[in-house]
Amino acid sequence: MAAETKHAAMPAKPPIWNDPRYRAIFFQILVLGAVIGGSVYLVNNTITNLEKRGIASGFGFLERTAGFSISLSLIEYSEEMSYGRAFLVSVINTIMISVIGVFFATILGFIVGIARLSSNWLISKIAAVYIEILRNIPLLLQIFFWYFAMLGALPGPKQSVVVFDLFFLNKRGMYSPKPIFEDGFSLIVIAFILAVVAVIFVARWARKRQDETGEQFHTVYVSLGILAGLPLVAAIITGFPLSWDYPALKGFNFKGGLEMIPEFVGLLIALVMYTASYIAEIVRAGIMAVSHGQTEAAYSVGLKPGPTLRLVIIPQALRVIIPPLTSQYLNLTKNSSLAAAIAYPDLVLVFAGTALMQTGQAVEIIGMTMAVYLTLSLLISGFMNWYNQKMALVER
Amino acid sequence: MKTTIRVLTGIAAAALISTSASAGTLADVKAKGFVQCGVSQGLPGFSNPDESGNWTGLDVDMCRAIAAAVLRDASKVKYSPLSAKERFTALQSGEVDVLSRNTTWTLVRDTALGLNFAGVNYYDGQGFMVRKDSGIKNAKELGGASVCVNIGTTTELNMADFFRANSLEYKPVVFEKADEVVAAYDSGRCDVYTTDQSGLAAQRIKLKNPNDHMILPDVISKEPLGPVVRHGDDQWFDVVKWTLYAMLEAEEYGVNSQNVASLKGSKSPVIKRLLGVEGDLGKNLGLDSEWAFRIIQQVGNYGESFERNVGPNTTLQLPRGVNNLWNKGGLMYPMPVR
Repeated sequence: MAAETKHAAMPAKPPIWNDPRYRAIFFQILVLGAVIGGSVYLVNNTITNLEKRGIASGFGFLERTAGFSISLSLIEYSEEMSYGRAFLVSVINTIMISVIGVFFATILGFIVGIARLSSNWLISKIAAVYIEILRNIPLLLQIFFWYFAMLGALPGPKQSVVVFDLFFLNKRGMYSPKPIFEDGFSLIVIAFILAVVAVIFVARWARKRQDETGEQFHTVYVSLGILAGLPLVAAIITGFPLSWDYPALKGFNFKGGLEMIPEFVGLLIALVMYTASYIAEIVRAGIMAVSHGQTEAAYSVGLKPGPTLRLVIIPQALRVIIPPLTSQYLNLTKNSSLAAAIAYPDLVLVFAGTALMQTGQAVEIIGMTMAVYLTLSLLISGFMNWYNQKMALVER
Repeated sequence: MKTTIRVLTGIAAAALISTSASAGTLADVKAKGFVQCGVSQGLPGFSNPDESGNWTGLDVDMCRAIAAAVLRDASKVKYSPLSAKERFTALQSGEVDVLSRNTTWTLVRDTALGLNFAGVNYYDGQGFMVRKDSGIKNAKELGGASVCVNIGTTTELNMADFFRANSLEYKPVVFEKADEVVAAYDSGRCDVYTTDQSGLAAQRIKLKNPNDHMILPDVISKEPLGPVVRHGDDQWFDVVKWTLYAMLEAEEYGVNSQNVASLKGSKSPVIKRLLGVEGDLGKNLGLDSEWAFRIIQQVGNYGESFERNVGPNTTLQLPRGVNNLWNKGGLMYPMPVR
């Protein structure tokens, strides 16, 4: 009897097809096999079909001459250069609009978000109206609105708006003097880098001193002084090795100087205004998540409202703000692909547009385009995760 | 965005279509009972919906003629309005049976894109439109100009070639849809709008003050426009090709929609063969003997189509020029229908 009970308590090892561990492994292998098999079938079928229809494939086209011009390029580009170069130009244009857009959207979003919480009735209502209107209109419509509204309002090249004979504004864009760096300018750059290093040391020293003695140091003013002063001294020593290229009206339009095309400005305004309305709500949620007791505690130890917000509320709110903020940054980057609608030469317009049409290699080009957006998104997301970890609550 | 989705769908379709799905476009079209025809998103005179929503135009007549020949009824056409960018993917992936959308015949499109051009239904050339008050008289004066252009067109490349060849600087402003190109040019973003001469004439009508604008006399390229089909389906290729030739042949021998019924009794062997009274040419195309008769009766000959859609009595006021028949000083030369 006793032996039987013992036997029942420790059952014999089940057969292998009933063992949950082996079963789990079996099904995982099965699913993995199906996924790999499916992918191989799709890739193979695509290649077969492309060959059967005589559609060109391969990445050789990247070295061929592109033959088309691009209206905005940060790096040197001309029609004689390759599709690969055009790809690079368009990727840089996409990154440029994304980075500048994220920068301004964050600033505007924080301002509007804090304004929304203001005790001033008017300010808080203006922020609320801004958020509700911009958040609820499709982005593409906003892009068309800003672009065509701007084109309608601006004058033609010959009737440009002129500011100090240096800045010119018309339908073709905004023109400003362009700095030309002469010999010796590198010394100023070196001075600036030295200044940045010095500021980092000053900040560390000030922090250490505060930890030890409790005395505060005017880090901000001293840093600004160093940042402006060192390069200025270098400039005086080298005799200002900088000249300006001024825009001038020639024929149809202004030539020379720095040019900012209206497509860039229209797209930037639309992206910033739209994304900022979401960021504002995230900021508001983050600040409201910090208990009011924190503010009262800060006041009771003698902190003023400014430092309270800066040193107590915002660092805690950031923990709530950063994760949803990351997805807004990702959205802005991906939304920049709507640029194609208003002729801003981004990746979608130049590469997945003109280059695709001229080569007809849809599979390769769309694949590369997707890879670029995926990489950008993962980079942003990786950076924001790192920042989030840095800001997260450290348990001591 | 929609375009990107279409391109992606095309790729997905290419990936998924089994290698032995299609029995041939002709059989498919007969089975489903309509021709799916890729047209433009609205180009007056070529493919444009009229006030009551019916598609009209020279390119649309091509679709209607194919439907008349294959399905006995010119109205059995379904239209897919396509942007310049998405048109080839739509054809490659089988979304449309034939692309009749002012498309230029080039080597790359004919080969690397896996397409076949079934002929030319309009000989065009690229031109420039400028504001009259700009004082520009010819294209060589366009140095430094901002040029509005539609993406995915031969126009884009020809423009680059032209400015490069003449060592002129220019700023391309490239839009995805023709409507935005016109809107941007009209609002003054660009000094110049460039596309095919016929397109310029058609889009000029849409501008706020058409009379403030003029088309420069320079023609900087050859733009043979014609219907396109997929590579590797010779039977369907033949049907589309000979539909076009039948319309031209009819004009050459004086057969039109008015007299086609009475000409069935004609003594001319050419007309007899064309109208299916004698011989059985349709069989060779996989059609019945009255295929061409129906094209002429329901759609008309090429000349009628031209006059009705783009000719001097329409808003486009395009002269017949090189699009006249070969024996009247033009380039239109139908291969013998026999």
